Amino acid sequence: MDVNKRQVGDVTIIDLKGKITIGAGDVQLRNAVQEVMNGGATKVLINMASVSTIDSSGIGELVSAYTTATNRGAKLKLINLPAKVSDILTITQLITVFDVYDSEAEGIKAFS
Amino acid sequence: MPVDYRFHLAVGSRFENIELVQVVLKDCLQRVGMDDDAQHWVDVAVREALANAIKHGNLQHPEKQVQVDLAVEGDELVIRVEDEGVGFDATQLDDPLAPENRLRPNGRGIFYMRSFMDDITYGSGPGGGTMVTLRKRFAGPKTEPSD
Repeated sequence: MDVNKRQVGDVTIIDLKGKITIGAGDVQLRNAVQEVMNGGATKVLINMASVSTIDSSGIGELVSAYTTATNRGAKLKLINLPAKVSDILTITQLITVFDVYDSEAEGIKAFS
Repeated sequence: MPVDYRFHLAVGSRFENIELVQVVLKDCLQRVGMDDDAQHWVDVAVREALANAIKHGNLQHPEKQVQVDLAVEGDELVIRVEDEGVGFDATQLDDPLAPENRLRPNGRGIFYMRSFMDDITYGSGPGGGTMVTLRKRFAGPKTEPSD
């Protein structure tokens, strides 16, 4: 999986591309979230637009990212969910846990 | 004549070997004419089975193997994944939908397998480890083109 981190104003955006699966993408996601949290980010968007596959380990890392952010007083939101990622979050009733937005602009606006 | 689709793979207990199995699996799913959506969900279910075998069954000991069998049985695709572990009780799993479990980082793999396949069953393999059998119905095997 490819991970890119960028800043738009005071919002940190993590762009993910590829598979978030056990032993590979899940670890990269964890490291990316830890890195931005340790850097003091308080508003984080995870851009899922180019995620092709996610498994239970990847879902677990998203949940961990959410709880880590919440415990630190930060806000973490998801944007641009592909249909199959949305489906897999829905069947485990996690879609209602995350703040999900259809675009980067909407996600950024939601922090204000 | 219907094509006889079956393969057997034995892979060491490394997560990167999941991708190896997926290459063969994808080819088989395309051969049996499964649509793209169904292929995706079977892919995810088999990933979960392999991940459990590697992580929980074989405890990531690379010398321990995971056996994978895929076959077409009637109108079903049948995938069996067997590890070299000590087995486990699949009835003693927490419900990932329970409010107290909703934010746990783990415990969803078997739930996803059950959601994406038509049937999954757990048992012991010939070697005594855990064997999970995943079944997915499909329209039927494609026939070989006549030459």
